[in-house]
Amino acid sequence: MNVNKRTLGIAIVAGLASGISTAAMARDTIQIAGSSTVLPFASIVAEEFGASFPQFDTPVVGSGGSGGGLRQFCQGVGENTIDIANSSRAIRSAEIENCNANGVEEILEVMFGYDGIVFASRIDRESFELTPSHVFAAAAAELNIDGETVENPYTRWSEIDDSLPDQEIVLVIPASNHGTREVFEEKVLHLGCDAYDMEGEACDALRGDGRIIEIAGDYTETLARLDAQEDAVGVFGLSFYDQNRDRLQVATVDGVTPSLETIGSGEYPVSRPLFFYVKGEHLDQIPGLAEYTEFFLDEMTSGFGSPLEDAGLIPMDDGERDEALEAFQARTVATGE
Amino acid sequence: MNTITQASRGERLAIIERSLASRHRQEKRFRRLGLAAVVTGMVLVLILFASILMRGLPAFWQATFYLDIHFDSDIVNVSERPIQQEGESNADFRERDFTWQSEVGRVNWQQLIDNALAEALGEEIEPQQTRDLRALVTSAERRTLRDRFIEDQSLLGETHTIKLLASANVDVWIKGNINRDLPDSQQQLSAQTREWADHLYEEGVITNAFSTALFLNTDSRSSLASAGLAGAFMGSLFMMLIVMLLSIPIGVASAIYLEEFAPKNRLTDLIEININNLAAVPSIVFGLLGAAIFIGYLRLPLSAPLVGGLVLTLMTLPTIIIATRAALRSIPNSIRQAALGMGASKVQTVFHHVLPLALPGILTGSILGVAQALGETAPLLLIGMNAFVSNIPATPFDQASALPVQIYLWQGNELRNFFEARTSAAIIVLLALMLSLNALAIWLRKKLETRW
Repeated sequence: MNVNKRTLGIAIVAGLASGISTAAMARDTIQIAGSSTVLPFASIVAEEFGASFPQFDTPVVGSGGSGGGLRQFCQGVGENTIDIANSSRAIRSAEIENCNANGVEEILEVMFGYDGIVFASRIDRESFELTPSHVFAAAAAELNIDGETVENPYTRWSEIDDSLPDQEIVLVIPASNHGTREVFEEKVLHLGCDAYDMEGEACDALRGDGRIIEIAGDYTETLARLDAQEDAVGVFGLSFYDQNRDRLQVATVDGVTPSLETIGSGEYPVSRPLFFYVKGEHLDQIPGLAEYTEFFLDEMTSGFGSPLEDAGLIPMDDGERDEALEAFQARTVATGE
Repeated sequence: MNTITQASRGERLAIIERSLASRHRQEKRFRRLGLAAVVTGMVLVLILFASILMRGLPAFWQATFYLDIHFDSDIVNVSERPIQQEGESNADFRERDFTWQSEVGRVNWQQLIDNALAEALGEEIEPQQTRDLRALVTSAERRTLRDRFIEDQSLLGETHTIKLLASANVDVWIKGNINRDLPDSQQQLSAQTREWADHLYEEGVITNAFSTALFLNTDSRSSLASAGLAGAFMGSLFMMLIVMLLSIPIGVASAIYLEEFAPKNRLTDLIEININNLAAVPSIVFGLLGAAIFIGYLRLPLSAPLVGGLVLTLMTLPTIIIATRAALRSIPNSIRQAALGMGASKVQTVFHHVLPLALPGILTGSILGVAQALGETAPLLLIGMNAFVSNIPATPFDQASALPVQIYLWQGNELRNFFEARTSAAIIVLLALMLSLNALAIWLRKKLETRW
C-alpha cells in the first residue's frame, strides 16, 4: 500500500514535470501583444485566421500599449517570448538596439493601414471646431503671447478663440504608454507650437493644473471621464468614436470632419499608420506565423470592404499593400526612425 | 465613592437612577448605531445587486433569428469528404481532411444567409443593399453553417430552420438600448437595416431567445454578438483546480506542522509573522513575482492557466495556513491530552482526533480562500492572461483568459451599448459562482460540525 502510494506520488510529480518541460519546449499558438488601438483589428484577424486555417491554432492577442508590446517583443528569442508586437507608431531606434542586445535581430515591420485620431465631446454639449493651435493653447504649460513667455492663462475655450464654445477647458488625452500620445504630440501639439513661435521642450510641456487628464487605460476610460465631467473634450480613435456616435460628437480639425474618406485621402491631418512587428527568428519555429502575416495583408482581410474596414480601419491602397507584403516576404529588417 | 456612602438614602437613589438612565441611553444609542450600520450595509449591497441584475439580466436573452436556411447545392458545391483509406497514415488523412475543410470554408456561406433573409423579408435585395442586409446577422454565423455542414453533409439541398444570432447592433436596437429617436448620422445601423429589423421582429423571425452563446462560445471580436464566457470559464476552472490541488495540501500540512509539531522558538515565531505578512501582501505583487519566476526563469508559457494557478496558489497559501491554524487552535487541549493519555502517538492524536474535529474550519477557510482566488484579476494581468483568446483551453498549458479578466476585457470593449449589459451578465455569472462556493462552505461547516 505504502509502495503504491509512493509510486503514485512519483508518477504525478514526473507527469507534472514532463508536462511543464514539453509545454516549455513547443508552442503552436502565435502569441501577439501590444497597442490597444491595433488590438481590435488584430483580434479580428486572429479569429478569422483561426477559422480559415483549420491546421493552425487561433493566435492569442494581448494588449499593453505599443511601448509595452515592443518591450515584451524585445525580451529575446524563444517559446515564452511573443512573436508579434502590435504598434500604433514606428519602432524607435532605441528599441531596436534593445532588441538586438537581447538577440532579436530580425525585426520585420509590417504596415497594414491607417487610423485617425479625433477630438470628441459629449453629444449634449456644444460642438467644437478646432485647430492645432487651439489645442496647444488649451494644453500647453506656457505660451508665447505677444513675444512674452507666460504661464498658460486660459481657463475657458472661448478665451482662446471667440469661435469656440464658452466652456471650461478639460482635455482628456492618452498617457505616454499609448502610441496615440506620440501622434497627438507630433500632429497636433507641435503644429500648434509652431503657430505660437515656440520650439523645443516647451512644445511637449503640458499644464499641470488638472485641466489635462492623462488616461493610461483604454478609450472606455476616456468615455467614462466625459460622463463624469460634462465639459471635457476627449481624444479617441476614429473607430471608437464611430461605435459610440450616440454619445459622442466629433470636432473638426482645420475645418475637416474626420471620416474614412477624409483620413484615407490625407485631408484630415491627425492620422497615423498602424504596424505590427514580426520576429523573424520565430518564422520557422511557430507554425502559421508567415501565413498569419500574409492573411492579414490580404485584401479580403484588410482592404476596402473588409471586416477590418467595418471595424474602423482605414485601408491602404493596393500599391501600399503589395509593397508591405513584398517587404515582409523579402524579410526586410526594420531600421527605425 | 465617598459622596454616595455619605449621602442619605433618598439622595443615593437619585444618583443611582441618574447614572442608570445615562447608561441606558448609552446602550440604546449604541444599539441604534449598530442597527443603522447594518441597515446601511444591507441597502448598499441591495443597490449594488439590483443595479447589476437590472443591467445584466436582459443580456441573458439575445435577439435571435429563426431562419429557414436552404443548403443550395449550387452554392455549397464541394467534393465528398475524404475517408481514411486502408494503409493511409493518420497524418496523411488529416492533411487531406484539412484540405477538404478549407474547401468547405471557402464556400460562400454568407450567401445562404442572405438568401434566407431575402426570403423572410419577401423582397428582392438590390446589390447596393447587401451591406444593410449583412448588418442583420452577426458575421460568425456563416461559420455556424459551415460547421453544421462539416458535421452533417446530408444537409445538402435541404432546408432547415436554424437559430442564428442577430448582430450586436440589431440586439441593441431591438432592446431599445440606443435612443431610437436619434438621427441617422448618430445611429449604428442604417435606416434600411433598422426598418428590416423591426419588420422581422414583428413577424417573429427575430425573437429574444435565451442566449446559449453567452455560455457556450468563447470571446469574439469579429462577431461581437457571439462573444461568450466558455473560454474564460474553462480558464478559471483549470486555475481553481491547480489552486485546490496545490494550496490545500501544502497549506494544511504546513499549518499542522507549525501548530502541532514545530518547537516554539524564534524561528517559528519569525515564520508565523511572515505568513501573516504574506496574507496582507497586495495581490499584484504576486503577479509580478509570478511573471519573474514562472515565466522569466522557469520559462512556462504566457497566458496559461497553469501559471495563473501557481500565482494564485502563492496568494491563497497564507489564507489557508492561517485559517487552518485557527481551526486547530480552537480544538480544546483536553482532546489531545485524552488521546495521549490513552497511549496514542503524537501523529495519531493529530490525525485521528484533532484533524477530524478541525475539518469544518479548515474546509471553510480553504473554500473561502479559493473563492477569493477565483475573483482575483490583478496578478493575472501581469502574466498575460488578459490576452484575447478565442479557443477553449483543453489543458492548463493552453492560453486562456479567466472570468474576472473577461469582465475587465468586456468592460473595455468599444461597442458600449452592447457590452455594458454583457459585462453585467458576466458579473452575475461570476457572483453566482462565488455565492455557490460560499454556500458550499456554509453547508459543509453545518454538516461536519461536531459539538462537545
